[in-house]
Amino acid sequence: MASLLYRVLQIRPFRICLSPLITKKTGVFYVTSKCLQTRSLAQEKPQSQAKVSTRNHDKGLDKIFQNYEAVIGIETHVQLSTLTKAFCGCAYNYGSQPNTNICPVCMGLPGALPVLNSKVIEFAVKLGLALNCKLSLNSKFDRKQYFYPDLPKGYQISQFDIPIATNGYIDLDLPVELGGGHRRFGITRVHMEEDAGKLLHSEGGTYSQVDLNRAGVPLLEIVSEPDMRNGIEAAEYGAELQRLVRYLGVSNGNMQEGSLRCDVNISVRPIGQSEFGTKVEIKNLNSFSSISRAIDYEIARQAELHSQGLGDQIVQETRLWEEGAQKTVTMRKKEGLSDYRYFPEPDLQEVILTEEYVASIHDSLPELPEMKRKRYEQLGLSMQDVIFLANDVNVADFFDATLAMGAEAKLAANWIMGDVAAYMKNEKVSISEIKLTPNELAQLIDSIKSGTISGKIGKEVPSSSLAALSRNHMTSSSLPTGIYHNILTITDPAEIEKIIDKVLAANPKQIEQYRGGKTKLQGFFAGQVMKESKGKANPGLLNKILLEKLNAKS
Amino acid sequence: MLSTVHHHRALLLHRRPRLILPPKTLRLLTPKCLFTSQALTHHPPPPTDATAAATSSSPPTSQILSIRHALLSRQLTAVEITESYLTRLRAAEPRVRSFLHVTEEENVFRAAEEVDRKIERNEEVGLLAGVLVGVKDNICTADMPSTAGSRVLEGYKPPFDATAVRKVRELGGILVGKTNLDEFGMGSTTEGSAFQVTANPWDESCVPGGSSGGSAAAVSARQCVVSLGSDTGGSVRQPASFCGVVGLKPTYGRVSRYGLVAYASSLDVIGCFGTSVADAGVLLHAISGHDTFDATSSKREVPDFTSLFTSSNNLKPRPLQGLRVGIIRETLEDGVDAAVISSIRAAASHLEDLGCSVTEVSLPSFSLGLPAYYVLASSESSSNLSRYDGVRYGQQVAADELTSLYGGSRARGFGAEVKRRILMGTYALSAGYYDAYYKRAQQVRTLVKKSFKAALDENDILISPAAPSAAYKIGEKKNDPLAMYAGDIMTVSIHLSVNVNLAGLPALVLPCGFAEGGRAGLPIGLQMIGPAFDEVWNKFSA
Repeated sequence: MASLLYRVLQIRPFRICLSPLITKKTGVFYVTSKCLQTRSLAQEKPQSQAKVSTRNHDKGLDKIFQNYEAVIGIETHVQLSTLTKAFCGCAYNYGSQPNTNICPVCMGLPGALPVLNSKVIEFAVKLGLALNCKLSLNSKFDRKQYFYPDLPKGYQISQFDIPIATNGYIDLDLPVELGGGHRRFGITRVHMEEDAGKLLHSEGGTYSQVDLNRAGVPLLEIVSEPDMRNGIEAAEYGAELQRLVRYLGVSNGNMQEGSLRCDVNISVRPIGQSEFGTKVEIKNLNSFSSISRAIDYEIARQAELHSQGLGDQIVQETRLWEEGAQKTVTMRKKEGLSDYRYFPEPDLQEVILTEEYVASIHDSLPELPEMKRKRYEQLGLSMQDVIFLANDVNVADFFDATLAMGAEAKLAANWIMGDVAAYMKNEKVSISEIKLTPNELAQLIDSIKSGTISGKIGKEVPSSSLAALSRNHMTSSSLPTGIYHNILTITDPAEIEKIIDKVLAANPKQIEQYRGGKTKLQGFFAGQVMKESKGKANPGLLNKILLEKLNAKS
Repeated sequence: MLSTVHHHRALLLHRRPRLILPPKTLRLLTPKCLFTSQALTHHPPPPTDATAAATSSSPPTSQILSIRHALLSRQLTAVEITESYLTRLRAAEPRVRSFLHVTEEENVFRAAEEVDRKIERNEEVGLLAGVLVGVKDNICTADMPSTAGSRVLEGYKPPFDATAVRKVRELGGILVGKTNLDEFGMGSTTEGSAFQVTANPWDESCVPGGSSGGSAAAVSARQCVVSLGSDTGGSVRQPASFCGVVGLKPTYGRVSRYGLVAYASSLDVIGCFGTSVADAGVLLHAISGHDTFDATSSKREVPDFTSLFTSSNNLKPRPLQGLRVGIIRETLEDGVDAAVISSIRAAASHLEDLGCSVTEVSLPSFSLGLPAYYVLASSESSSNLSRYDGVRYGQQVAADELTSLYGGSRARGFGAEVKRRILMGTYALSAGYYDAYYKRAQQVRTLVKKSFKAALDENDILISPAAPSAAYKIGEKKNDPLAMYAGDIMTVSIHLSVNVNLAGLPALVLPCGFAEGGRAGLPIGLQMIGPAFDEVWNKFSA
């Protein structure tokens, strides 16, 4: 591939300047450049399962809300984490230098042909099954045709009339702090398609550049039924999809990198009216909280127009969520339906699934979030615990492993949600990065429970000691001695400092000698401190603090 | 100096005296007869080589095998062979104009020297070693321009070789140049090239046919040994017929399309031209097989076509005894020239002499094929040609904004026929028309396939003319493009070919006679259609 790339580079530099062809005159381009800017400002932390935040409604709006009902459906694009792109052998790594992961196929060079990556089918079947869909054993790819500089072939390979999966649903539990409750939202369809490239607009807006790294990356598009009624439901739907793709391992689900993108369709109607209101699409939603806030803003905007008798000012259009201004603005009005002239992709074979293939994938599915939550509930955990533990597949795995080592569910949940979570938050690490193993946690819990470690000591163990616990190189074989050692070791710097101060105060002569050049006396002080702490002071901390104190000019 | 055509004829007469024959001596042009030349069996087996067995049992009427024999027996060097072909190429080119791009001489000779060096060191050389190959300019070659005959790709050099080209090179074939064609393969005269008009070597005032006119003319004028073309609706077979050479359209999927600039993806195949069935067969064998870069390429095993040829010594008096030949009635009706009909009938009776049973068959869906073909081909082409937007490669027109960039680049880059087909295809795929056109055409395609299948269940091969007439005058059908277009639809001209593409079947075109015109008459081709993956000459193996 490298040599190909080099050749192409020689033929025509990749820095494709359309100067001054694509100017900000065209609304679409203006918008895209905005979109890129906004995206870079987005706040979501990578890999964190974003939580939907609550919003304090305006009291007046609440009143309007009572008379109107919103109907919300969501189209989600999930970028699949396959090793190579959908139809060629290129890798895709987010953030690579522009046009470094490309080849004749994803560049759409004359004569190049797509060849399907079978992982795409596998991932689509996984998600289809996880969404309780009916799978099409015979589906096909179609070409969706339109012109745009980020679309190198002039068509996108997608699925039109026979998507690989249809007619499913997703179950979720709303967080307790957002009112709680169980919801089931319908899934209309799931289909496979390829991503387009990206346009990078120059500062002055005089030219644009095309980066085709993303072109040909596999996507699953998931279309929901219009079953959601407010921003929280919509955001939780998105969050549950994110959990699902992460549980399945088909995508990293990262919204900030664009691995998971939600477009919302929303209409508002007076309660009691059976026909839908005018549909508006909202784009540029980079986090679940922006989904929630954008929808609530849009409901308020439309409801207000309805209540003022200005319902006809609501037009079918695409609106953009502006994170800075916290409002939606018109991106483009619909000028009739665009005709994509779909027809079956002649370069690819039909997609034929056998019952056995589907069954084997079905059997390989992991326990999914909804199943986990149900199981945790049956363990007697509170809904808050259940939602917390099942939120992140790694946390859930850790919890399950701890249970498997014999720990009691409630105690394990408390430890993970308490000390472990606090530690992870402070250290900004994920549960897979901490050294504490489920086995160790289970033994710790067991030791406390059985009284090997008194309940008092167990209770006194502060989260900082857990930090030490997880940072120390303990092996399972060193337990429970290891645990005693660590728990009984004083690792609180303040406490060690107190002991050092006491020792220093008791030995003024030696300090003078030390500062006079007899630095060997450091060992003496350390010994005194260790003695004073009854051997429990952490030696590393001890020496560090001691040296600081001794070398400080008093 | 002799005229090109004279030169060409002289060559033919000199080298292959039996190629130019009146219709009645058809027997010499049938596969069996290709191996009757006694001189050929006298060659001693090549001194070294793994394929010695194959070569010794296959009589070298095949130029490829003759070249191989000459090289391995040290009678000639690749440089000498190259020199003689290049001399002919240069002499004929100003009048025939087969090539859009001729490989730099030093590159051709470097490749030839490499072959000679290998032979000197007794190293194994591929079956195409020292064979000069012409490649249609819609097939990508890494070191040469590949324009598909279009302004929109003027100066474009692909960064990769088409799979077929790669295989030719791997077997020692030497690319001599890129041959002319109707823009993107859309046409049947090669007048649709954005760059030049190619002449028919038999009569330079006539067209060579198309769209692979350059490849057919180059082989006919002996500017190269064999050539690659492409066939979407007869684009190999009709020019083979017009230029009096063998043209082979393989089964869809037999040869990888990777690197073939797409016109109509579900119909396009890369095909072969040669002066004998054996040459076309050897070339096809070289380029066939599954390719991981083409999802529509077949995983079917590729038989060694060359080993299927039988030495004439082994032939019985009625070598084709028992072969069932169906002559397609619909292809011998109104709209086909009398000379063509009589040539085909003569061929049929000759096949009977050889032991075949010849019956007339009817393909009831035949007349539906043409409109279905036009809908499918133009629909697919409207999509395939979307990528020529001037953004990434090819000609770009400077403009103030995007729509004008697209519009300008495409308006200037595409010729009239291409634009017409894009418009038709775009219309046929539009919302509200899809069912009436595209979907219906696909249904017709299924019918055509079924009716071919039925006919090939009853018969081993089907025969028909390759074109309804011999070559016509340059400009004769071009002056009014609309009339030519209408003419195409009204006559059976491409009926003969397109049905085969719709069904994806293999077909072979052989010269079988002459019509009036030119100095020695203009060649007429016989089309033989076989079942899928049973490329026609298999039937002629003993």
